[in-house]
Amino acid sequence: MSNNPERLSFISGVGRSASGRRLGRTAMDLTLEAALEAIEDAGLTRDDIDGIATYPGGDAIASRGFGGPAAPQVQDALRLDLNYLYGAAEGSAQLGAIIEATMAVAAGLAKHVLVFRTVTESTMQGAKGRNPSQGMQAATGFMEFLAPFGAISATNWFAQVAQLHMHKYGTTREQLAQISLTCRTNAGLNPRAVYRDPLTMDDYMNARMISTPLCLLDCDVPVDGSTAIIISHVDYAKDAPKIPVHINAVGTAQYGRPSWDQYEDMTSMMAQGAAKQLWSRTDLKPADVDVAELYDGFSIITLAWLEALGFCEQGEGGAFIEGGQRIARTGALPLNTHGGQLSEGRLHGFGFVYEASVQLRGEAGERQVPNTEVAAVANGGGPIAGAMLLTRGISN
Amino acid sequence: MAIDLDVLTMRVPPQDNPECEFFWQSGADGKLRFKHCGDCGYFSHPPTPRCPKCLSVNMEPKVVSGKGTILTFTVNVQQWVPGQEPYIIAIATMDEQPDLRLTALLVGVPLDIAPADLIGTRVETRFLARDDIFYPTFVPEGAPA
Repeated sequence: MSNNPERLSFISGVGRSASGRRLGRTAMDLTLEAALEAIEDAGLTRDDIDGIATYPGGDAIASRGFGGPAAPQVQDALRLDLNYLYGAAEGSAQLGAIIEATMAVAAGLAKHVLVFRTVTESTMQGAKGRNPSQGMQAATGFMEFLAPFGAISATNWFAQVAQLHMHKYGTTREQLAQISLTCRTNAGLNPRAVYRDPLTMDDYMNARMISTPLCLLDCDVPVDGSTAIIISHVDYAKDAPKIPVHINAVGTAQYGRPSWDQYEDMTSMMAQGAAKQLWSRTDLKPADVDVAELYDGFSIITLAWLEALGFCEQGEGGAFIEGGQRIARTGALPLNTHGGQLSEGRLHGFGFVYEASVQLRGEAGERQVPNTEVAAVANGGGPIAGAMLLTRGISN
Repeated sequence: MAIDLDVLTMRVPPQDNPECEFFWQSGADGKLRFKHCGDCGYFSHPPTPRCPKCLSVNMEPKVVSGKGTILTFTVNVQQWVPGQEPYIIAIATMDEQPDLRLTALLVGVPLDIAPADLIGTRVETRFLARDDIFYPTFVPEGAPA
């Protein structure tokens, strides 16, 4: 087990920009703020950085704030010579960029890789709200057999997963609500969270529907912000100023049809394969996980990850989270301890890696979960999935 | 037998794609077609030039019954486009093959129908013609024309 190449690398530094609603700042501005904080956190200077990786690559403006600046633009903005460069969306969800960086370090291509994820969706959407079909002249790619039938939003696609989960397993809206309520409670202790006011079950049950059975409070909140992670070779761990966050195992598998409507088990998602592979690469077990930072672009995604990762059986997620005690910050499996994207804001994947890292280092302040040694991180939903197990300190 | 009223205020058309043109034109004669393997009999959706099971190139559009069973659905309430009324999106498992699924709009069903009364029910396919594209649309099996 100990010859996993991902264990040749670790998270030496983390950083993030200001985040929030409609900051009115550019994607590059936010990215550089996060990157410089992460580099300093790692005890490095920019001249030490010899690799850059990002998700999804491309262009911030053309993607209406979904993407950040392209990796080569950040290279140029920092005037770096690089041994390694990567930017793509077709990997292990957002984690793909981090996992690529770990493998580049393990392969000796680079020593210190700056990985970033930047969103400016809140500013770009402006006061008009989300309209996923805006500017869409024709349905292309995976949308070809969805958008022409009115299935234009990810809310529609995940709603059908939630609907079938409820129908087949008896999962209730009150159970699913616990994802949103737990996130909001945790966000109350996170000064960077967008939504911090307490949320009640009545608030949830009375929230307006978006796409049945998912209501507004099942959907995350778009923000502007950038998160940066420094992936370094383990040789640097003894010199790094902060407690190393080790990458114990990764899950990148994609089993079954990568599709929003053709995946075999429509009560779940591609997470099943990534989770299976993750556990095959470690001696750790679900019971060893101290905090779970699981993607919550929609609440049902988190439920599906809880099941896929084996914290409970497939179909038992509703009962697992019922009442919320088990997944509370003080419960057996603290979940999305920063408030998740549902309440902290949609940093789109990397927020979970940031939170896992500060929890493992013991730097989470008021919301710190005591004695955190192992964190599970998952990104992606539907046909997109990636997972990582992170540990406090190098654990080969 | 065609659907006249579009429940969508704004319908995003499919891209021009030679691989899929037959699918969007299929409803001109009121019939639904999927790519079908002449060698092993497998239906492939979305359409592919080779059979994903046996890799044969002997793939041709084949008429199917258009009948299927609702696997899951959602009532879209959010007005992504101003003025849009709620509508039902459904995934149906088509009769011809257990893993042949189609997403389409479902009409002729009350918007407040209980999930237990809709999942597992039988539907058939009719077509809405807009701008030379024939959009398959689900209706309850046996619904009046």
